[in-house]
Amino acid sequence: MAAESVKDVVLSPVFKNNPIALQVLGICSALAVTNSMSVSLVMGLAVIAVTACSNLFVSLIRQHIPSSIRIIVQMTIIASLVIVVDQVLKAYAYEMSKQLSVFVGLIITNCIVMGRAEAYAMQNGPVMSFLDGVGNGLGYAVILLIVGFFRELFGSGSVFGFTVLTPVQDGGWYVPNGLMLLPPSAFFVIGLIIWVLRSMRTEQVEKAEYRIVANSKAKIKESV
Amino acid sequence: MASNNSIKKTLTVALALCIVCSVVVSTAAVVLQPTQQKNQELDRKSNILQVANLYEPGMDVDDAFDELITSRVINLETGEYSDRFDPQSYDQFDAARDPATSRTLSGEEDSAGIGREEMYSTVYLVGDDPDDPEQIILPIRGQGLWGLMRGFFAIEGDGNTIIGLSYYSHSETPGLGGEVDNPRWKSKWQGKEIYAEDGMSPDISLVKGGADNKYEVDALSGATLTSRGVTNMLHFWLSESGFGPYLARFHGNSEGA
Repeated sequence: MAAESVKDVVLSPVFKNNPIALQVLGICSALAVTNSMSVSLVMGLAVIAVTACSNLFVSLIRQHIPSSIRIIVQMTIIASLVIVVDQVLKAYAYEMSKQLSVFVGLIITNCIVMGRAEAYAMQNGPVMSFLDGVGNGLGYAVILLIVGFFRELFGSGSVFGFTVLTPVQDGGWYVPNGLMLLPPSAFFVIGLIIWVLRSMRTEQVEKAEYRIVANSKAKIKESV
Repeated sequence: MASNNSIKKTLTVALALCIVCSVVVSTAAVVLQPTQQKNQELDRKSNILQVANLYEPGMDVDDAFDELITSRVINLETGEYSDRFDPQSYDQFDAARDPATSRTLSGEEDSAGIGREEMYSTVYLVGDDPDDPEQIILPIRGQGLWGLMRGFFAIEGDGNTIIGLSYYSHSETPGLGGEVDNPRWKSKWQGKEIYAEDGMSPDISLVKGGADNKYEVDALSGATLTSRGVTNMLHFWLSESGFGPYLARFHGNSEGA
């Protein structure tokens, strides 16, 4: 395998090979926690920490992991890290952890973390694996922040809690869009981001697996 | 690499990993526990101060709480103060789960949807005289749309005039039922009254389409079930099953005495 540069490993998951936009992983938490930017930021940092550390530890012991139990070994490492992150948040960012509630615990099920441990950390050295984790976490965090920006701006009229568009209920002119505060709106925003990204970088567009023939009809069995 | 797959190696790796991970997890939990408990306590105290309109940003919550608020435990059935439990350490949520200190509510009585009710509850008082306080703050809880809502309800010393309502834990839909946290909605409670006539049947309700007397508060738009939950929970906790007997003691007192 050709040696990759540090810059490639950290930066390519941000736009070129983004875990959410290209691989479409980790969508569930991206829908749930992006209704304000500060929450998205904390969630992004938590995922960066977990992905980076789990990659590091998996890579450190990769020579000793029996292949028959490798998934469970990775899962145990990830689960332990997630619990530690959850405990730290509860101790030092109590308000934030109240808002994130179960979604910190659900980082365990985030496919990005497991995917990187299995696909990268099992074959690469600890330093590069750590950086790969940082990069992929960063790619996740960037999309979360973009989605959070649009949802908070149009849903509550603010950015990071600072009012930008004064909503009507506080005497302003802006009528907040309630849909933006609900998880489905994140689907639309993520969809639009994917559209923009793939228009700019056409190499990301997937090849159609099959083509629907115009005016096709299902064949009807004549013999009964 | 083949040796990695031997049974001995597999078991060794699994065991070692489990031990290391459990040590890491339990260390984190034990080391951080005091800070976490302090946070929860601080959060509860600042909620009590907020609902009593005594909270100022940047104040020292612990000091202010100790100075302004007196905690007492009351017997819900008689409405009398009780010394059976220490108010500092009494946890009524634990008590509600223990059959020795709680009772099962029948379906009809249980309008708040809590299942079991404790026999003793903590109340928080502002003012020096527990028999003639300036404010009474009651802990309330009940089912909203998605889950249990827990909060505090502050009343003037006459046991009838409302100061405020605030929830510190709920799981209602953000932007709809979650608007129970909205300060503009919360401010609508101030000055409303609970009981239209002497007795223990509360009249305060959330209504649709504009509240037009002092026993009505505007319901939350788009959140019918949350609003119903709030009304039901208030009706339960302010009735004879809840704090009714306790509040009845104050009905003779003048407002804000």
